[in-house]
Amino acid sequence: MNTPTTTRIVGAAVPRKEGVDKLLGRACYVDDIDREGMWHGATVRSSIPRGLIRSIAFDRRIDWSEFAIVTAAGIPGENCIQLIVADQPCLADGKVNHCEEAILLLAHPDKHKLREAVGAVRVEYEPLPPVFTIEESERQDVIVWGADNLLKRFLLEKGDVDSAWARAAHIVEGEYRTGAQEHLYIENQGVIAEYSAEGGVTVWGSLQCPYYVFKALRPVFDLPEEKVRVIQTETGGAFGGKEDYPSTLACHAALLAMKSGHPVKMVYDRMEDLAATTKRHPSRVRHRTAVDRDGKLLAMEIDLATDGGAYATLSSTVLSRATLHATGPYLCPNIRLHARSWATNYVPYGAFRGFGAPQAIFAMERHMDEIAATIGIDPVELRRRNFLHVGDTNATEQLMREPVILDQLLDRALKESDYHARRAQFGRENPVSPVKRGMGIAAFYHGSGFTGSGEVYLNSLAGIDVTPDGKVRVLVSNTEFGQGTNTILTQIAAEALGIGYADVTMAAPDTGVVPNSGPTVASRTSMVIGRIIERACSQLLELLREHAGLGATCTPEEFFAACGRYRAVHGEVVSLCRYEAPPGIYWDDQRYHGEAYGAYAWAVYVAQVAVDTVTYSAEVENFWAVQEVGRVLHPVLAAGQIEGGIAQGVGYALYEKVVWQDGRMANNQMTNYIMPTAEDVPPIHVFFEEIPFRFGGFGAKGLGELPHDGPAPAILNAIRDATGVAFNSIPLMPEDLYLGLAAAQPAEETAAR
Amino acid sequence: MRGNAAMHDLVAPGNLGAVLDLLAAEPGAWTPIAGGTELMVAFSAGRLAAPKLVSLWGIPDLRTIEVTSQSVVIGAAATFLDLRRHAVIAAEFPLLAKAASWIGSIANQGRATLGGNLVNGSPAADSSPALLAYEAEIELISARGRRRVPYSQFHTGYKRNVLAADELLYAIYIQRRFVRHKQYLRKVGTRRAMAIAKVALGATALLENGVIREIRLGAASLAPFPTRLLQTEASLLGKTITRDTIQSAHRALLAEVKPIDDIRSTAEYRRRVAVNLLDEFLLQLRREESQ
Amino acid sequence: MSTKESATSSKHWPTIRFNVNGEARIVKVPPMKRLLDVLREDLHLTGTKEGCGEGECGSCSVRMNGELVNSCLVPVMQAEGADIQTVEGLALDGKLHPLQEAFLCHGGAQCGICTPGMLMAAAQLLEHSPNPAMAEIREALAGNLCRCTGFIRIFESVAAAVDAQSAGPATKLTMEQTHHAR
Repeated sequence: MNTPTTTRIVGAAVPRKEGVDKLLGRACYVDDIDREGMWHGATVRSSIPRGLIRSIAFDRRIDWSEFAIVTAAGIPGENCIQLIVADQPCLADGKVNHCEEAILLLAHPDKHKLREAVGAVRVEYEPLPPVFTIEESERQDVIVWGADNLLKRFLLEKGDVDSAWARAAHIVEGEYRTGAQEHLYIENQGVIAEYSAEGGVTVWGSLQCPYYVFKALRPVFDLPEEKVRVIQTETGGAFGGKEDYPSTLACHAALLAMKSGHPVKMVYDRMEDLAATTKRHPSRVRHRTAVDRDGKLLAMEIDLATDGGAYATLSSTVLSRATLHATGPYLCPNIRLHARSWATNYVPYGAFRGFGAPQAIFAMERHMDEIAATIGIDPVELRRRNFLHVGDTNATEQLMREPVILDQLLDRALKESDYHARRAQFGRENPVSPVKRGMGIAAFYHGSGFTGSGEVYLNSLAGIDVTPDGKVRVLVSNTEFGQGTNTILTQIAAEALGIGYADVTMAAPDTGVVPNSGPTVASRTSMVIGRIIERACSQLLELLREHAGLGATCTPEEFFAACGRYRAVHGEVVSLCRYEAPPGIYWDDQRYHGEAYGAYAWAVYVAQVAVDTVTYSAEVENFWAVQEVGRVLHPVLAAGQIEGGIAQGVGYALYEKVVWQDGRMANNQMTNYIMPTAEDVPPIHVFFEEIPFRFGGFGAKGLGELPHDGPAPAILNAIRDATGVAFNSIPLMPEDLYLGLAAAQPAEETAAR
Repeated sequence: MRGNAAMHDLVAPGNLGAVLDLLAAEPGAWTPIAGGTELMVAFSAGRLAAPKLVSLWGIPDLRTIEVTSQSVVIGAAATFLDLRRHAVIAAEFPLLAKAASWIGSIANQGRATLGGNLVNGSPAADSSPALLAYEAEIELISARGRRRVPYSQFHTGYKRNVLAADELLYAIYIQRRFVRHKQYLRKVGTRRAMAIAKVALGATALLENGVIREIRLGAASLAPFPTRLLQTEASLLGKTITRDTIQSAHRALLAEVKPIDDIRSTAEYRRRVAVNLLDEFLLQLRREESQ
Repeated sequence: MSTKESATSSKHWPTIRFNVNGEARIVKVPPMKRLLDVLREDLHLTGTKEGCGEGECGSCSVRMNGELVNSCLVPVMQAEGADIQTVEGLALDGKLHPLQEAFLCHGGAQCGICTPGMLMAAAQLLEHSPNPAMAEIREALAGNLCRCTGFIRIFESVAAAVDAQSAGPATKLTMEQTHHAR
């Protein structure tokens, strides 16, 4: 499957561009930075999930004249965080819709006095009835958002579902649920803001999308573009959690900076970060599926619902991606999918790696195993009979033109995991062992880049320039937060220009310096931005050949010499390009019809799980991940992304539970929100197939989110294999396993064992 | 970070006598702090109510581990790494060594102390089931003198113990008489490491011709404090391990434990797993006897 | 950066002396101030990070008198006279420590925020156990949470550093073989 293209830098395991600083402890994260005269900021937050604010009292034991205080009334522009729907206030104005909603901001030079002051503000509420489940929101007895609680809806239809039921040999129904999940980046959210009447607002912070924050600050302060500047600091993990939330935090810090006349740092501690910031949307997915005698899919009717929390944030786009991943990598001629995102009074949910796909794929891949069990076909075979192939159309009637090698991926996954032999072995051992083992698989895809016309809408601008001291700078607003942006984009530029990896750097992720090449989300960086950088490099070489006497082939020295000559005439050496959609992309946003994504990464994952019937704990003992992701730009970074995503997926399935009590996250400490440790992660075996994608950077497709889609269903399928009991809800805790296993088999007589 | 260091006084007299004098002079005013792995968590969370603290760290008298022919005497400020590294504890008190390896991370084990674990008195305390199974004795010390208390009587309620206002936990005594005993310890946590126990059971037993001559069961997270399972022990003492004795042990266990629903787990799960752990131990005993 | 007078007068704050990365340091701070905050704020050694303040994540790990500690749980008073090593003290004479080299080669660091603590924990392990089995590596790092890597490449980095240090073959046990070893 590997193409014969030879490259020197792309595809090689070059050192991480910013790696040395990170290893020396020299990398500067936002809390490592202080500004002259800096104060600290803090937030007074709602303690109830829904209600009217009756009064705000300031305890007289504090000398409030020392503080900068900002309420909604003090916002110079619009009290609204710009994202998709303009429903989320920057500060609560007379009412609150979720616990931890920001009501009031305080700043002071002394962190300790600030902390004391937060506790000295007393808010009195008139509580209103909150809504805490999708079902309650759907019933619409209590309206908490808009006219009907419905944040977004989609209807996707293909063929004629209603006529298919009569022809079915089997109709299988199932309901699948996923819970909230916390990003748990190890660096908490934080920003530093400065404000001056002449200079406007400047914000430094831990964030993914400088231009999202830029776009959010402008209307809050009613400032023109040239008076707003956002700079990303070294960011200690994000996973989507720093896609939208930093806009709110930046506005808060900037308001305090304006009010106090000082730079203001706001860095959350872990308890506040866990309680107050976004998490993954919980979901409920109901499947009703018609299959023929051989297990071929005839029709799918799907009801997909997410809980969006109190404000829309990104619920519509999460719902979109969930919709477009809900039917799996399978050919099905008749589909009806109702997708809805419902408002509740939880802390607003937001972006998290996978962005709706993990929820949808969990349901689909669990359901495939249920179909297999119902009709008596092996779950591997059932999938094989239904895989999409080139020439098929998917749920949105997109013709599969690019290669689809699911059969080969499945074959490889089965081989590498020794799937059948292990299953046979466990079949023999389980009856006489208190530990039951099983194997489970998941087959899935992940669409790279923004949906449909999204990339066209973003209209990303990116490129390179060359500095007088002989360095090429990559000019993008796409950021590094561990996934390797800095490394792969400089690799691409070095390769495309024929110069050394060390000759290329990243321009500072500063809206005052770099163009808007769109957000760092949706697994778009290597494919979309990488391609733009490639083109910008070619464009520069052409320019130099035409105007600066560069030869058809050249050495690095000749390249830089030509740049010097070009600069002498034109003053600067810069080459920018705009996004160009691959040809033939057709997308109907109303009917959800056409090319949903320009490219898909494909995968088959296998999990081996052990269920201990003494403790009802499930542990993943081994894991194999086979995927086709286009060209692998950097083997170590790519494998690292897969492994990290799988570890998060293992957490999603078995460990990570957000415990809500009356709308508040009760387990908002790391001791009680459980992620897998170094002793919990299984060995993870990663295999790549590479089919270069013509329109991706050096053939790359996206891979950052793909690995979070597969683990949960593979793991729960393995648990079904191990125990014979179907579990359809995650996180699946030992307490749930106990109830499910006890219900399936009454407690045996001990002596009989 | 919600603690304000300037609001607390911390003194480190550096020797036991001075610490005891301080506690005697102002009983209840000074909170002892050893490795800080509990109190500093509370401090960071803004929940440390102790304005005055006295450090027990670095006082050699409190950190020794002495071995006599009869017993091992563990200073209250011995850390869990001290326990893991001690040859006699590793050889003769494997349950305690095991428990020490489960307490938090390596970084925590190098600072957390046995005394601190007991005085903190969490119902989930990691060292407690082992100490209960070994029938440990606690020595308390003050300026007035010393006294000993069986560890099983040290806790009197949720986070309450028998320490007087001027007393320190000084040492833990375990008798060197368990080498021939069957031993069992299992902790059920939320993950393999860095986990608070949802349930834990420690057990030592001596069988003679299949009859249980001695049995001690120590449990965590099944009551407001770590406890011996006395009724369950009584149901097994003098019996052989049959289906009937196992069932009557179940009944005794379920009657005497009082697990709760909390943020980590449910009472029903804890009850069921406690029964399963007991079974695992009893079946292990029966298997070993028949070999 | 100016700070206002705290509740307990700074006149009563003790002078605390200890070594950090081989250099003698003196601070006059409240005795309960966390060692983490003293390192970062008073000594401007910001390599050591705060991830949780509860001793769960290990990003604040440093080595104190030859033991690994979570500096967020150490009141600085208890560091009196101590020998402390932070990540800033790992590299010697401008040369990366073998662990740092290995992490760079094998992808042991992604976002980098857990990395200083992780390096400290790994350094602690290798000093006491120069040829650790995989189960030992897992245990040694269990108190350092990494959300990016899934730990796999961290294990590989540590194993590679073992190879480099011993110039002999590392323990050949696979992770699978030792996964359940206790």
